[in-house]
Amino acid sequence: MEIPITYYLYLSITIFTIGLIGVFLNRKNLIILLMSIELIFLSSSINFVAFSNLYQDLVGQVFVFFILTITAAEAAVGLAIILIFFRIKDSIHIDDINFLKE
Amino acid sequence: MLNAEFLAMILLIVYVGAVAVLFLFVVMMLDINTNQLRQNFLNYLPLGLFIGCVIFFEFILIIKKSKILPSAFKEQQVSQSEIMSNTYLLGNILYTDYFLLFQLSGIILLIAMVGAILLTLRKREGVKKQNIYKQIFRE
Repeated sequence: MEIPITYYLYLSITIFTIGLIGVFLNRKNLIILLMSIELIFLSSSINFVAFSNLYQDLVGQVFVFFILTITAAEAAVGLAIILIFFRIKDSIHIDDINFLKE
Repeated sequence: MLNAEFLAMILLIVYVGAVAVLFLFVVMMLDINTNQLRQNFLNYLPLGLFIGCVIFFEFILIIKKSKILPSAFKEQQVSQSEIMSNTYLLGNILYTDYFLLFQLSGIILLIAMVGAILLTLRKREGVKKQNIYKQIFRE
């Protein structure tokens, strides 16, 4: 039996909302912010794969492949930036990122 | 399985093998005081939950109302995907039509790697290092 596409969309929405609430609730920790962004990326990937299967078009999966590449690059650079931020300020609070204001 | 076996395995390998380990290393390296991070959590809870709920139910409404048309070419294409594996078909597209984009994503990964190394590299005083030039031309 084939699963209807709407169930995949519901799953994707749920993951997207979890990521969004993560971004909203968490005003302190930069690492949790990055993780939430990863969740949002993943929810969009689920949509791409679900529709790729529905329309039997592999281009959606190719697109997920590229999203994966960008996500990995973003995580690597983001974590490196967090690392040097921690080295300078000795914290990873979002409130502490105010160099440009001073 | 949504006919995406290759992507399933790649996602597993990339997220468990690369991203999770990267996050773990950074969490290990940073010595964070978690009690401080929990402050003000309750202040943002109502607003965050409200916005989350609004967007969630909005999306559900959109999906319920919208009509997703099934593919016209489905029967013809399914027979093809049964003969060849998903990995084969994906490679067939990726290395022909999307070859330039594939190369570009490789370059992006290279730039990200160089950037991450350059950002976290630091010269520390008092650490004995190997100077290859000096070593070769030693008397």
